Amino acid sequence: MTRVELARIAAARSGDKGEGSNVGILARSDAAYAFLKEHLTEDVVRQHMSELNLGAVQRFAADNMRALNFLLEDSLGGGGSASLKTDAQGKTHGLALLRLELEVPDEVLTETPA
Amino acid sequence: MPSKEQVLVANGQGFWGDSILGPIRLLREGPLDYLTLDYLAEVTLSIMQKLRSRDPSKGYATDFVRLVDRVLPELVEKNVKVVANAGGVNPMACVEALKEVVAKHGLRGVKIAVVEGDDILDRIDDLMAAGETFANMDTGEPLARVRDTITSANVYLGAFPIAEALADGAQIVLTGRGTDPGLVLGPLIHEFGWSADDYDRLAAGTIAGHIVECGAQCTGGNYTDWRDVPDLAMVGYPVIEARADGSFAITKHEGTGGMVSRDTVAHQLVYEMGDPSRYLTPDCIADFTSFRMREAGSNRVEIEDVAGSAPTDTYKVSMSYHDGWKAVGQLTISGPDALDKAKLAADVVWKRLAYDGFEYGPDERIVEFLGANVCHEGIALRDAGEPSEIVLRMGVKGPDRAKVDRFGSELVPLVTSGPPGVTGFAGGRPKATEIIGFWPALMRKDRIETKVTVFEA
Repeated sequence: MTRVELARIAAARSGDKGEGSNVGILARSDAAYAFLKEHLTEDVVRQHMSELNLGAVQRFAADNMRALNFLLEDSLGGGGSASLKTDAQGKTHGLALLRLELEVPDEVLTETPA
Repeated sequence: MPSKEQVLVANGQGFWGDSILGPIRLLREGPLDYLTLDYLAEVTLSIMQKLRSRDPSKGYATDFVRLVDRVLPELVEKNVKVVANAGGVNPMACVEALKEVVAKHGLRGVKIAVVEGDDILDRIDDLMAAGETFANMDTGEPLARVRDTITSANVYLGAFPIAEALADGAQIVLTGRGTDPGLVLGPLIHEFGWSADDYDRLAAGTIAGHIVECGAQCTGGNYTDWRDVPDLAMVGYPVIEARADGSFAITKHEGTGGMVSRDTVAHQLVYEMGDPSRYLTPDCIADFTSFRMREAGSNRVEIEDVAGSAPTDTYKVSMSYHDGWKAVGQLTISGPDALDKAKLAADVVWKRLAYDGFEYGPDERIVEFLGANVCHEGIALRDAGEPSEIVLRMGVKGPDRAKVDRFGSELVPLVTSGPPGVTGFAGGRPKATEIIGFWPALMRKDRIETKVTVFEA
């Protein structure tokens, strides 16, 4: 096991979704996807982003894209033009999640080119 | 009655404010059958209603008319068809402006079609009397609380009226509110003769539209591995090569910057995604977990086997309403001790306002120390150090305009009566601006009639 940032084995894009945001996590290999599907749970994401998102977290999977999609239900300070936040649209939430540190098995890292 | 083996559809505008170079270079740098342009965000129509109420000749995307003025001879010469939601809340005024542009270029016989039926602002009470509740589809709340402050109300129309306009021979199709992917799906329905129950193919066209709807966001823009993207300055906007069977490729013109790969396309596929197996549109429900995606040569991704199913019997309605006022301003504070000084400065502002009787609740105010991890609040950074300077950004909101404006006059005084090193007040006093609330709802489809009208300029 090696401790790495999620960015080592996945990419991300995020945007607004009503009063919340969505973060799409894209695994960089099949091995990384299998690992993340098991370990990158709603709970892990909710705890990592607890100061950015005040609401629940919901996860969806799309195997054909090696994607996990997370909905953060209350992450935009009201959302739309009511938000006073700089990032009123959650554009940076993907990069925030990629900073998550994880213990990743070495064989997953070997199969996932840096 | 498929007329062509392959149709080329490009999107040159991801939102109102996107670069005009997108569509100009798409026309200039490679082959194209259709150019689509998306100008409408959720609050855009509300702003357009306000402009039209002040001036009956306004209320559409004026950027579009400027674009047509720059590219019209090329459009006509190459016979590229344009589909744009630039009509806003006043498509007829947009037609008039386009007629002037056509005349100015000494051209004639340019057919412009208008799709109408999305604007229900004047029909809300009638529709409620007929049984529509317009309850907020996120919260379930009835419309009553905001009914008197509604400033726009539009239905997201589907792609079939666009196909109808193209069948009538239009070179330019103007719509108001419709789904963004519909701008791409409409031309494919027209070209390939897809029917309303051909759900797999409608879903394929919808997914193609979703991939290109934000312009360069699928060709290397806003991409995690940004160092790998070549020539972002000259990024190519996306081109769809669509086929009658519903399969399609995403590519970009030869020689343009940016890149198209599985990863750049997947980045956009998950953008603003909810449940990927149920992407709802008025035309179909598209299943984003169904298809296969592969790279097929340089800057080309193929997508096939998209599955779709029947749509619901409701349209999504997008309403906006007056939701109070807000003001936001910022100052820059240099080091040493930039963060500590910024914290003091914020405290000074709230205390002076309180002394004068103006207090703002925790949900009505914000303080951000830009440069000290605002975007990733609460997440420990490996690379954090003492910031050399901080941008202090403060804001308030609420129903009382005067109270919001009062805040704006206590920020700039920090330059002379705060800690040392406060600068960057070039914007002057922040002023109250209107908050436009967004109210999503559903209504029965059979209560909406769409209308297509063709004009010749």
